[in-house]
Amino acid sequence: MKWLLGLAAALCIAGPVVAAEELMPDVLVRNVTNEVLEIVRADKDIQAGNVSKAVTLVEVKVLPHFNFARMTQLAVARDWRQATPAQQKILIDEFRELLVRTYSKALTEYRKQTIDFKPFSMAPNETDVKVRTEIKQTGGKPIQLDYYLEKNSGGWKVYDIEVGGISLVTNYRSSFSQEVRANGIDGLIAVLQAKNKTAEAPAKTK
Amino acid sequence: MEQQRKIGTRLKSALLVVALAGSLGGCATSGNPKDPIEGFNRAMYAFNEGLDQVIIKPVAKGYDAVLPTPVRTGVTNFFGNIADLFIGVNNLLQGKPGQAASDLGRVVLNTTVGILGIFDVATPAGLEKHEEDFGQTFGRWGVGPGAYVVVPFFGPRNVRDTVGLVLDVKADPVAGIDHVPTRNTLLALRIVDIRADLLPADKVIEEAALDKYTYVRDGYLQRRRSLIYDGNPPRERED
Repeated sequence: MKWLLGLAAALCIAGPVVAAEELMPDVLVRNVTNEVLEIVRADKDIQAGNVSKAVTLVEVKVLPHFNFARMTQLAVARDWRQATPAQQKILIDEFRELLVRTYSKALTEYRKQTIDFKPFSMAPNETDVKVRTEIKQTGGKPIQLDYYLEKNSGGWKVYDIEVGGISLVTNYRSSFSQEVRANGIDGLIAVLQAKNKTAEAPAKTK
Repeated sequence: MEQQRKIGTRLKSALLVVALAGSLGGCATSGNPKDPIEGFNRAMYAFNEGLDQVIIKPVAKGYDAVLPTPVRTGVTNFFGNIADLFIGVNNLLQGKPGQAASDLGRVVLNTTVGILGIFDVATPAGLEKHEEDFGQTFGRWGVGPGAYVVVPFFGPRNVRDTVGLVLDVKADPVAGIDHVPTRNTLLALRIVDIRADLLPADKVIEEAALDKYTYVRDGYLQRRRSLIYDGNPPRERED
């Protein structure tokens, strides 16, 4: 049993060291991608379309590296200022749920594609970067998959993802602003909540 | 014959209904400057979706379920090889001779070593596949996108890409085949194959979109913009 104590001690020491020695944004993206895909490749449930299992994986491995407040702000754009802090918090929570589920759903569709990490360079004091990757697929043009990261006190965080040039965040802009114009911020919140509820329901009965 | 005519008339009346609904809905737009004919577009979108749900998607699903993956890939490669020729022409028109040469190299290699394009041997050999069409060529030449249009059967376009689409179809080697049964079989197979490749994306969009029409429209507009800049568009971000 002693070795267990030793292991625990080692982890306690290693933990803060790893955190202090901050990862470069491209290394961060590569590590998280490889780790997640390795798990998906080995997990028959996720491959068979078990979204809630994929959600758990995403929540543990991916979520900590995302800045959802920034994402929500980008998607709500101009209307963000007219939301109260309480409304902003609900918006962030609901939008996070929607994005996490979408991302998890995409993971269940993952097959054997490989990811190519493009060469990356940045100036030492840069705080806003784009990390480029590519999904290789047989018989087709590779799909561009780009991550936008911003550095803040908690290290590098992803605030936008572009798939084939389509931003998963700003693609919501016009439907969000349309909703706000028609029914105000509360209207947008209601729509997001309704969407999350209907998506949850069938997943739970399975 | 009789049945064909019947389907023909039915299709015509369906189109008429859709067009009517479109013109009626034309007044009810949300005022998006990129989508001035939203009412019409939504009607067309609904028509395309209906067609997809009833015919194309079920066939594509069956196709996907029945054919083993290597065969499916072979079919996708075969049509991809034909497309490469045409992509090369567009790259040339866009003033990118290097890429055009690479496309031509792909066609030569895949048609010979890859047995009529069934195997994509060019990609592993370092000749990457590109994606070009006349709409993008016009964009490169400085033609503005114009309004968003949902074209019946073909789906989302803008005015520029709709004009491009007409040329795309004209220049399409498959559509130019003289032997009509062969041509129609190949055209149908290509549609089903493309649709089957899109099945996974479909599920994700369903999950993501609050309003599928808007989601697809905005995605299309972003995607086209990105393609014209070959994946590196200047950033368009307002906080």
